[in-house]
This record gives sequence, structure tokens and C-alpha cells, in this order.
Amino acid sequence: MLLKADNIKKKFDKDNVLNGISLEVREGEVVAIIGPSGSGKSTLLRCLTQLERIDSGRIEIGGKLMVDTVKVKPKASGVIQEEDLIRSVYSDSKTLHDITLDVGLVFQNFNLFPHYSVLKNIMDAQIKVLKRNKVEAECIAMELLEKMNLDDRGDAYPCELSGGQQQRIAIARALALNPRILFFDEPTSALDPELTGEILKVIRGLAKEKMTMVIVTHEMTFAKEVADRVIFMDGGLIIEEGTPEEVFGKAVNQRTKEFLQRYSEGYSEG
Amino acid sequence: MGYKVDNVPIDSLLLNMFEASGMVFKIFFLTIIMSIPLGFIVAFARRSRFKIINIPTRIYQLVFRGTPLMLQLYFFMYGPHYLFNFSFGRFNACIIAFVVNYAAYFGEIFRGGIAAIPKGQYEAAKVLGYNKFQTFMRIVLPQVIKHVIPATGNEFMTLVKDTSLAQVISVAEIFNVATNATSRYFSTVPLIVAGIFYLVMNTVVELSFKMAEKKLNYYNS
Repeated sequence: MLLKADNIKKKFDKDNVLNGISLEVREGEVVAIIGPSGSGKSTLLRCLTQLERIDSGRIEIGGKLMVDTVKVKPKASGVIQEEDLIRSVYSDSKTLHDITLDVGLVFQNFNLFPHYSVLKNIMDAQIKVLKRNKVEAECIAMELLEKMNLDDRGDAYPCELSGGQQQRIAIARALALNPRILFFDEPTSALDPELTGEILKVIRGLAKEKMTMVIVTHEMTFAKEVADRVIFMDGGLIIEEGTPEEVFGKAVNQRTKEFLQRYSEGYSEG
Repeated sequence: MGYKVDNVPIDSLLLNMFEASGMVFKIFFLTIIMSIPLGFIVAFARRSRFKIINIPTRIYQLVFRGTPLMLQLYFFMYGPHYLFNFSFGRFNACIIAFVVNYAAYFGEIFRGGIAAIPKGQYEAAKVLGYNKFQTFMRIVLPQVIKHVIPATGNEFMTLVKDTSLAQVISVAEIFNVATNATSRYFSTVPLIVAGIFYLVMNTVVELSFKMAEKKLNYYNS
């Protein structure tokens, strides 16, 4: 297993966002996570990429332990609840950094560095973080630009590109560091429908190359087509999980059915 | 003697003023060099979530932005003498007052500039494996500079004019020369000449900032 997450819980103030998520991802697998807004999909991704800290649970990526849970002694007074007795403990910063390097994340709104050219966006982390030399980094960047069909835009700045182009650069930037697993947080939600296609094409290509990917998406048809496994989340829990045929064809859970129903209605209306 | 206007010997007046411009440059550059790094420290202190750092910084900014620079010049010139029987000396007191005053303003400008950088930039840097220092130097700071250029230009121009306040503790800068000449010759000509000196210097400042702004215009965030 490339990724093993066990019983992840996370709350913001008093809001329980993740209520015990367990998830395993095999090498080369493509997992799509679907579900209504506020179901905790993005938070899950943010926890797996260390942008948020979990309250309890265990996460292991690429055989390296990111975080585990320990029992703590109860304080002397007051009502003691079960969740007060456990606390997450993160690994040392070296291990966490190594895990960061194993992981790539593509954001909904790209988050390219606006002051860097396209080429530098893809090269900079290679040079500064992975300590590759400049020539090597540029070769890798050019190769990726070609793959993204943007090899003529290396000198452009992000503000000069369309959303679809920016997102392809963001994917190239993540790929340049050779992640073992790539996360996508609603990669097409900020794009016009006609630009969505070019991103989906890139992801499809990566799936063919057996890139391990976890994709949070609202594109149901795409999830059905590209994913090996589909996960439906609601209320901070995994409600349904299985092959696309299982989840889209014969969902067991009522909430899943309602959600998929609403989506197909939305599509026919739109 | 040479050419006179309204009884004022222009060549010797100009000579004195050129000499005094040296002092203006000295105050200007020393203040800039020290108050900008200090301003960043102030900005970080203001962003700190620790109250013990945050609140004293706010009070410092309130005091130095809320009282006249002229008063602050007097304070650093004569205050230590009354309080501790010790003196910084005229020039040092002048520089300290300017640096402490301008760092308070720069702190506020830089704080705004740092706050304007979207959270997504930090997050992108983090998932790419940049450490905190790299994130600030490579991703945040260059964008902050672009944000703060107009407001900083404003401060630079104000600083050029504010150097005239140093005359209250008898630092020999342009305005000091001008007022001395005015009372000696009973003429307003030295004041007008002083005004032209400031205007010329600020024209240079203004043009430099326009150029910097243009140079950083290669991208929009």
C-alpha cells in the first residue's frame, strides 16, 4: 500500500469535519472521491498533504509514518470524553519533509507563482528543494511542457495563460518533483466547461502511465471513466466505496443514491 | 563677490546648500538602509500570534506615528541627557529618531503587503517542499515588494522633505542653511532655493520609483 490512512478525525473548533476516515491506496491506482460540498473531501486531501493537522488517526505514505495517535493520561477533573484521551503525534520534520517529496498536490485555483515564468515555476522547486542542477531541471521542465502541449509557452507568465493552461502548468510543476502519489483537489472546478476537457485529458494520460492518483472531483462521468475505485463521502465519513460500476450502478446507501440522482438531474437540466 | 539676488550672494549660498545636501543624503540613505529591515521586523512582530510581541509593537507604532517627528528629534537629542546624563550626539540622535519613526511606518506598509499574499501561495510552496525561509525569500518577498512599491515611494518622498526637521536640533542640512541665510540677508530667496533643492531630489526619487514600478509590471498577480 502506498497510502494507508486509518480512522482520521479532524475538527475545526467544534465542527467535526472528518469523523473517522480510513483509506488505502495501492501503487498505480486511481481513486476518485465524490460527495456533496462540505462532506470533508477537500479537508481529507489537505490532511493527507500536511496542509492541515489531524486530531487523531494514523497516516502512512510510501512506507513512512506521518502521524499516529497516542493515549494521554486523563486530567484530574471534569467530564472525560473518549476523544480527550487520544492525541495525534507527528513524525520528526525530516520524515515529514521526505513524505512531502513523495506527494504532489494540484489545487483548484492552480496557485502558480505569478512572479515566475512558466519555466521557472516548474524549475525552481527542482533546483531549490531537490538540489538538481539547472540544466537537468530545465530538461525535465521542457519535457513536461511538451507533454502538456505547452512547449511554446515556457517564457510566458501565468497571468498570460488561460485557466486550463495554468492548471496544466500546475500539474507539470507537481510532476517535476517525481511524486509517488498525486492528489487533485477539484482540478476543474475553477475552469470553463470547454477548458475542463484539456485537464481531464492530461489526467487520463497520467492514469495510462500508472500514476497513483487521488482525485476529488465533481465530474461524475470523468470519475466513472478514469477511476479504478470511487469513494462517496458525506458528513465526514466514507459512505460508499467500490468500483465505478458498483458505486454508480448499484449504490447500496440511500444518501449515495440521492446524491447521484441529483447530479444526473442537474446534468440533464444544464 | 559674485552675482546677487535680493542682496543674497547666490554663488556662496549655492555652495553652502550643496554642502548641506550631503547631510540630507546622509540622513536619507542611513534612514532607508536601517528602517527598511527594521520595518520588516516590525511587520513580522505585528503578525505574531504572541501578544507579548504583538502588543508592545503596536504601542511602539502608535507612539511614533502618533507624535510629531520634530518632538522625537528633540527627545533623542535631549532626553537621554535629562534621564541618564548621557548623549547620543547631534547626528546620531537625528538618525535614531528618523530610523525609529520611519520603521514604524514601513512596518505598517510591509504588514499590509505581506497580508495581501494569498494563502494558496504558502500552501503551494509547502507541498512543493520549500522550507519557511525559502518560501519567504523566493515566493512571498518578491510579491510583497511589488505590492508595497507605491506606498514606499510615498514614504521616500516624505523622508526627503522631513530631513528639513533636523534643523530643530541644529543639524546642518539644507533648511538649516536656508533659514540662517534668510535671517542674515532679510530675504526669502534662500527659502525658495531650498524648495528647488528638495523638488529636484524628489523628482529623482519619483522617477526611480516609476521605473521600479514599470520594471515589476511584467506580471499581474
